[in-house]
Amino acid sequence: MIREFGTGEVIYIVLAIRWTIALSLIAFLGGALGGLTVALARVSDNTSARLAATGFIRLFQGTPLLMQLFIVYFGLNIVGLPTSAWLAAAVALTLHASAFLGEIWRGCIQAVPRGQTEAADALAYGYVTRLKDVILPQAARIAAAPTTGFLVQLIKSTSLASIIGFTELTRAGQVISNATFKPFVVISLVAVLYFILCWPLSLAAKRLESRFDRAVAR
Amino acid sequence: MNMVPTKPEPALQAQTLPAIELQGLEKWYGAFQALKNVDLTVQSGEKIVICGPSGSGKSTLIRCINQLEEIQGGTIRVDGKALTNDPKSVRAVRREIGMVFQQFNLFPHMTILENCILGPIKVAGVPRAEAEEIAHEYLKRVRIPEQANKYPAQLSGGQQQRVAIARALCMRPKVMLFDEPTSALDPEMVNEVLDTMIDLASDGMTMICVTHEMGFARKVADRVIFMDHGEIIEENDPEQFFEAPRHERTRSFLGQIA
Repeated sequence: MIREFGTGEVIYIVLAIRWTIALSLIAFLGGALGGLTVALARVSDNTSARLAATGFIRLFQGTPLLMQLFIVYFGLNIVGLPTSAWLAAAVALTLHASAFLGEIWRGCIQAVPRGQTEAADALAYGYVTRLKDVILPQAARIAAAPTTGFLVQLIKSTSLASIIGFTELTRAGQVISNATFKPFVVISLVAVLYFILCWPLSLAAKRLESRFDRAVAR
Repeated sequence: MNMVPTKPEPALQAQTLPAIELQGLEKWYGAFQALKNVDLTVQSGEKIVICGPSGSGKSTLIRCINQLEEIQGGTIRVDGKALTNDPKSVRAVRREIGMVFQQFNLFPHMTILENCILGPIKVAGVPRAEAEEIAHEYLKRVRIPEQANKYPAQLSGGQQQRVAIARALCMRPKVMLFDEPTSALDPEMVNEVLDTMIDLASDGMTMICVTHEMGFARKVADRVIFMDHGEIIEENDPEQFFEAPRHERTRSFLGQIA
């Protein structure tokens, strides 16, 4: 019953990349929305919003992603939702990304010089104009490199979703490895595929960083 | 459209409400008292110069007027309206008051024109075309109309500060606050900014300037105020202030900067 490790197996693994990409995209987009909310709450004047956001960040930074995946996976059942690896992975990774992006972006917002806020205040800008037109565009430039860096981390983190049974790249590798008894070759292929996915992003992060350094030096 | 904002004569306005009225202002930073029971009344059209050693509270004082700093005691009235903590009241007062900072604080990701039109569009609800017209007028007044499409980093410090003045004027404020507007400039650029301010003063703008430019004070100020340790020590017309200062601390300060 041992399968050969042939073209069909390779194609099966390579195609599984689409689930890794889909999960990464969902977590990143959801995390961007959640992260912006968390970051704004962290820098707000409202004490309870600040505390809630801080608690949320501490919780997700202080526990392993694997536990977060398990808790959401088994928790779905408790809140009356069907147990689904897809849903659990998407929700857990979105929350995870929200916490980390929230903390990264808080730092970027606070890195915009204080004088910018003062100028906006002195010109009687409201909260929305001050943020949307003055602070966030400048924070976004600072955030580009670390955000791309986090995306790389997030793509690699999706491999943990294989443990709750979500078939993405890592789990596809495990399935083929179990069937072919060629774990070294199969897992190496999986690693190479992750590398191909992540390396261009790392390069982009590096480029964004040096571009930012030049802009600041100017 | 009239390029020059029309201002009533100071003499006429003096009988009505003062432009700014500060009473018993108290400001603390933790245990440090930055302002001690400061009273100041500024009539519409008046030009006030505030000077004093660093840490004397002069910047803090003008930053309290538009609520960039919270006060712990006393009252601030702008055009007769008392300033409260209500964000609406704060924004209403800020609309009447323009401010120019030591470090310019232009928005670096926007062009000069965008810096100038954002406020009129978003705060005053002026249509874009009209806002641009206003901006071009004021950029012409500060003598840099040709720079409208450049970014702040492409301009010299003096030019940036003149843009900052134009940006504040685009909101058509009744009062202008200047917080050491020439202190961050290279010496050869100080005069172009001071000339702009003198020009503005001659149009009747109500101005409160924190500055050490004594030539400017002599030429423009109706009153010069000397502060030290969070208090107003002396208040006088420029002639008296420079020729015959009443207070010992004023004399020693003037001796140091002369």
